[in-house]
Amino acid sequence: MPELALTVNGESRTVDAPVGTSLAQLLREHLGLTGTKIACDEGHCGACTVQIDGVPRLSCITLAHMVDGDVTTIEGLREHPLIDAFVRADAVQCGFCTPGQVVSAAALVAANPQPTADEIRHHMAGNICRCGTYPRIEEAILKWQG
Amino acid sequence: MARLIRTEKEVEGRFEEIWLVIEEDPLQQWPAGPRDVVGRPATRQDGPQRVRGEAAYTSDLQLPGMLHTAILRSPFAHARVNRIDFAAALALPGVRGALGPGEATGLDEEAGYVGAPVAAVAADTFAQARAALDAIAVDWEELEAVLDPHEAVAREIFTAPPTRYERGDFERALAEADVVVEGTYRTSVVLHNSMETHQAVCEWVGDTLNVYISTQYIWGIRAEIAEALEMPADKVRVVCEFMGGGFGAKNGAGEYTFAAAELARRTGRPVRCALTRREENAAAGNRNATIQKLTVGARSDGTIVAFGGEFVNAVGWSGWSTMTEGPMKMLYACDNVRTVRYGAKINTPPMKAFRAPGFVEGTFGLECLVDELAAKLELDPLELRRLNYAESNDGTPYSSKGLAACYDLAQKHWDRRDEVRARSGSTWKHGVGMASQIWFGGGGPPSYAWTRVGSDGRVAVVTAMQDIGTGTRTVMAQICAEELGVPLDRVEVVLGDSARGPYATLSAGSSTVPSVGPAVRAAAADAKRQIVEIAAQRYDLEERVLDIRGGVIVSADGNLSVPLEELLGVLGDAQILGKGARGPNPTGMSVNTFGVQVAEVAVDIETGEVRVVRVAAVHDVGRIINPLGARSQVEGGIIQGVGHSLSEQRLLDPKTGRVLTTTLESYRMPTIADVPEIVCEFVDLPDEHLTSLGSKGLGEPPIVPTAAAIANAIRDATGADVHELPITREEMLRALREAEQRANAGAKETVAAR
Repeated sequence: MPELALTVNGESRTVDAPVGTSLAQLLREHLGLTGTKIACDEGHCGACTVQIDGVPRLSCITLAHMVDGDVTTIEGLREHPLIDAFVRADAVQCGFCTPGQVVSAAALVAANPQPTADEIRHHMAGNICRCGTYPRIEEAILKWQG
Repeated sequence: MARLIRTEKEVEGRFEEIWLVIEEDPLQQWPAGPRDVVGRPATRQDGPQRVRGEAAYTSDLQLPGMLHTAILRSPFAHARVNRIDFAAALALPGVRGALGPGEATGLDEEAGYVGAPVAAVAADTFAQARAALDAIAVDWEELEAVLDPHEAVAREIFTAPPTRYERGDFERALAEADVVVEGTYRTSVVLHNSMETHQAVCEWVGDTLNVYISTQYIWGIRAEIAEALEMPADKVRVVCEFMGGGFGAKNGAGEYTFAAAELARRTGRPVRCALTRREENAAAGNRNATIQKLTVGARSDGTIVAFGGEFVNAVGWSGWSTMTEGPMKMLYACDNVRTVRYGAKINTPPMKAFRAPGFVEGTFGLECLVDELAAKLELDPLELRRLNYAESNDGTPYSSKGLAACYDLAQKHWDRRDEVRARSGSTWKHGVGMASQIWFGGGGPPSYAWTRVGSDGRVAVVTAMQDIGTGTRTVMAQICAEELGVPLDRVEVVLGDSARGPYATLSAGSSTVPSVGPAVRAAAADAKRQIVEIAAQRYDLEERVLDIRGGVIVSADGNLSVPLEELLGVLGDAQILGKGARGPNPTGMSVNTFGVQVAEVAVDIETGEVRVVRVAAVHDVGRIINPLGARSQVEGGIIQGVGHSLSEQRLLDPKTGRVLTTTLESYRMPTIADVPEIVCEFVDLPDEHLTSLGSKGLGEPPIVPTAAAIANAIRDATGADVHELPITREEMLRALREAEQRANAGAKETVAAR
């Protein structure tokens, strides 16, 4: 199997994976990083969002062998203040979309530490939450710094 | 002493009589209002785990040697498998086993809809299993398909015989009415689309079957599998510690569960069967479409004298015909009501319970009809509702009813009408509408809980329920902490495993808190009683002067103040064990939840675009345990309701019966950008007749009135009567044209009269 090398959450990893493996599959099945969820597996819902060089990307439609940059997953953001902000604001119900929401939000606040509600809605519109935690997510991001 | 009684149990609007053993006397309810822990906002105990991506869902489980299953589904709306040949499929790389029709429950020879499961293949990888599906040779015999619910009704193809109801004399009352309003309302098929698709992993360990499954009811799964596989129920262990949403679609085991169990048995390996998103949209259940022909008759003073309704539930190939007429029978005082409901069995994907099944659909029709009546009578819609307030459920008293209090709390939102309408310009029109809500949500027996207090003063609540994402762990911990008198952070809740704890009911029908909550309180009270007995002996005081507060044992005179862990510390490895059970619901009473929502909308009368600007929700569900989680339930329900109202619609090819909206791009659920401002209030008074908590459920009530409130706001803004969900631009423009024609005709009549 073709070997590929990539940096995930600051660590260099070398993985044997068949060509065609998605980044989401690679993270979940080969690296055991199951915080990244697959909900639609076709790039429509945002549950699989990771960052590549700080930019939110849909890992379920990103080919692992094509990744050119440092990957950050929810496991690399576990100490981010957004985690606590999401819990405080009750921005989680079933939690299946939540890691993807946090990864998207982390990219937003890194670029724009004090986003407005409109900016949050624009940036986060690609992350679907069927439980409807959206108002809480908005609040969590507005108050992420405590 | 154990007492055996007969009592009534309700789930999702369906009632049954059950036998129940009662062991203890019920506890006194706590007085209304926030307590030390109960009634105060608590963040989710499992929040950090879920947010950090540490919570392990069924989809995250990877067992050594695990195989993956793909399901072969019917390409025809109605067909029979005459012959099936797996030889070529089994020869493909990685393929380990295959099942045909009849070899697992749910895989049937007769396929009743496009997407009906008929066979399954297990392979080392999911890609291999999927590839193998193409190599299965099937000899299909296509059968006649009925896709139109009207045709099914005309031909009397029903899921069950028509349900007829009448009280009073509808015909006479209607004839004597001063005003009659009629309307036909339609609701579309909408899909649950939980973020985690339906899935299970099955593994045999000796003669025990371990089932890891994304489910709302671990005990139901256990019973279904035990029955299907003809094995003792305690040899089936069902585990669901975290699950990614259900909304009613995950109350039972599906073909994916039975196929995984059978393939695991045959291969000797753990087997996963997970639906893809496209299968989820095509075959995993839905809220069925309805057609509602409704009539209301009233006196000119606004008194409603007659309600009539003919309801068609387009159930699909399987599922049940929900009580769509329920709101018409229950929401208002009306002596003369006649309804008939047909459950049309058609060759479309199966109906499954979806968040207040039947009542969401029925409330849309009824509450639009009532507002059209208000418009015709030129009465304030809120006043009309107050005027026709039901004091009983057709003679049966309510255990409690706070709808009048909801109306009073909603008045300030309703009073924004002039201010909102004044925002209207030449194209964007603004308006305010309301709708009321009645639903069940009282829960019922049986459900059990245990408490375990360690010598370190920490407490575990053990109950084999499941937390589907509503915050169950947190609420149960709050109830336990309140009763036991310990800080919330000392209580852990252990759930999600049928082999670890006693029976608890399903997480559906807004029943979790009202069903299991009282059992948890009783189990905590049992432990507390024992601790107080121990303290009385150790400190030589009377039990009646002792209490536990904030984790400290105190005496009434204030002289004793001993931390719990100090008293229990002497016990070493010994533990205090408490047990509790849910008692019966009050006899001869109707237990219901109530609410009203006031929606503000903006309508672009040129394009038909509708935006929901604000929704104020006021609900009465008895005592609120966790205001933080309760608000989230209300917001989530309203947001799903906005989706049902404006954008969500499962589309079917009318010729083939194939689902066209199988992706999350084509099936349009609300995003964060679609969310209105949401205001959430509660009456928050305990139901004095319902259990030791006085709490009802809240999962479903918030979605019930949203669509009608939006439709009524559209009427307020534009004068147009929308009669169909979702309110697409096409439907909005149709309603606007109709309103314009009506206004023109009215103007002509006025001119003619002059």
